[in-house]
Amino acid sequence: MLELNDVVKRFDDNEVLSGVSLQLHRHEVVCLIGASGSGKSTLLRCSNMLEDIDAGSITLFGQGLEDRRIDPNLVRRHVALVFQSFNLFPHLSVLDNILLGPVYAMKRKRADVRDEALALLDRIGLRDRANDFPDRLSGGQQQRVAIVRSLAMQPSLLLLDEVTSALDPTLVGEVLDLLRDLAASGTTMLIATHEMNFAKDVSHQVAYLDKGVLVEKGTPEQIFNSPQHEATRIFLERVR
Amino acid sequence: MSLDTDASSSDAPNLFGSRRSRLFVGRRGLAASSISTVLLVGAIVLILFVAPGGAVFRYYFFNLHDMRIAWDGHASQGISALSRSLFTNVWMFLVSEVLVLFFGLTIAWTRISRTPVLFPVRMLVTVYTDVFRGVPLLIVVYLVGDGLPALRLGFISNQSPSIYGVVALTLTYSAYVSEVLRAGINSVPHGQLLAARSLGLSPTSTMRRVVLPQAVRTVIPPLLNDFVSLQKDTALVSVLGVIEIANAGQISASTLFNGSGLVAAALFFLALTIPMTRLTDHLIERDRSRRLAGS
Ligand SMILES: Nc1ncnc2c1ncn2[C@@H]1O[C@H](COP(=O)(O)OP(=O)(O)OP(=O)(O)O)[C@@H](O)[C@H]1O
Ligand SMILES: [Mg+2]
Repeated sequence: MLELNDVVKRFDDNEVLSGVSLQLHRHEVVCLIGASGSGKSTLLRCSNMLEDIDAGSITLFGQGLEDRRIDPNLVRRHVALVFQSFNLFPHLSVLDNILLGPVYAMKRKRADVRDEALALLDRIGLRDRANDFPDRLSGGQQQRVAIVRSLAMQPSLLLLDEVTSALDPTLVGEVLDLLRDLAASGTTMLIATHEMNFAKDVSHQVAYLDKGVLVEKGTPEQIFNSPQHEATRIFLERVR
Repeated sequence: MSLDTDASSSDAPNLFGSRRSRLFVGRRGLAASSISTVLLVGAIVLILFVAPGGAVFRYYFFNLHDMRIAWDGHASQGISALSRSLFTNVWMFLVSEVLVLFFGLTIAWTRISRTPVLFPVRMLVTVYTDVFRGVPLLIVVYLVGDGLPALRLGFISNQSPSIYGVVALTLTYSAYVSEVLRAGINSVPHGQLLAARSLGLSPTSTMRRVVLPQAVRTVIPPLLNDFVSLQKDTALVSVLGVIEIANAGQISASTLFNGSGLVAAALFFLALTIPMTRLTDHLIERDRSRRLAGS
């Protein structure tokens, strides 16, 4: 479904991704682990065209994203990105946050989407907060709304960038539970995370990124129990 | 050592405020503020009565009889009625404000966008804002009002002076307002743009649905500030011979040898701007409490 081939990304002289290759299949959950600054966020942003890449190629549904005819806005509709800092729209109610994409990007009728949005809110137990503004919600609730806001676009693929890093430890659980729930229902996800236990039990594949190089990729058992590379072993020692 | 929970223990800190600070809280605060207001206003009025020239001053500026003549106009003495000339100010600032909003937003947007094809336009627009923020409005009024007719360019050169006034006001204030809007747009956190784009919103929708609604909050106070200035500056158009309210007041003052007409014109501007500033405060407060109440 998503395929990165030798992707290189530079910010000025700073090479942040040095030839990363990665594949993601339908219904697959892949976790990206790696130290801070290793390029996880950058990789996710390149995957939904928020950043341009300097070399290599990214293919989505068999179509190369370097093609001039590709509309980035359409790509982003299919590849949703959820941020570490939620980025809910503070001037819109929870419900309107969710409706914004479907109504103004997909041009669907508000009345049609409304029920879907409420059902999504039901799923995260926040239906009664539909008319509240985001600043009335806890961090965990805001992040769950942000995830559901992305889901309302019915994306084929969900990219999650350290969605629990900005949360109080007591609120991490509710967000991870939602992600487990999504994984169980077959949502395709690429997840950058520092939560090793979560990565261990939710992902089909784990990829370790070190200074812009994808050092190692394998099943959670392989990576966590018998890492092949010294760098992976040291990283896992440190975070344990 | 026993645990000490007793508030009256000898080393408990003193939490009482001074007598003076208690004067300004609660009910007593209200009383204090009323008294000080009365005293202040009283003092100002008193000065008008005890000053050596107080009587002359009051006669020259607060003469209700002459104010009345100025307000109603006096055809045979050549005094234009303030009550009619005020409409000149009103339409000039209303039209200017609409145009200023439109051009200000266009300019701000152009300067913010990074589309390569717009590069020359961005340069032009940057020079424009620099120039018109720097040149005094009075000079712009002269340049437009005397310059455009001199061009003898048919339609462009055959307009009435008040139209040229609107053009001059729009030119100058679009430059100011574009800067206010630009600052407001830039004040919206970058994450908001990323989130909107990640939802697949087009740049136009992002601007309309996400950026502008948030920018408006920061922009309204300085924007209305500029509009208050613009309303007052309609008086400058009088140098082109337009009989707007300040000019009419001036005519009455020199004809009647009494400045009460000018004071009447001043009251008109106050009547215009005070509700506007009150409204701004009200809007800001309402928006704030609505969001805090969470409904
Ligand atoms: N917009 C940018 N401009 C310049 N440099 C950037 C930009 N974004 C990221 N970088 C640099 O790219 C490198 C990788 O950043 P990235 O955010 O991808 O790391 P990360 O793995 O997500 O880290 P973290 O775990 O802290 O989120 C860092 O050195 C960062 O300074
Ligand atoms: Mg990151």
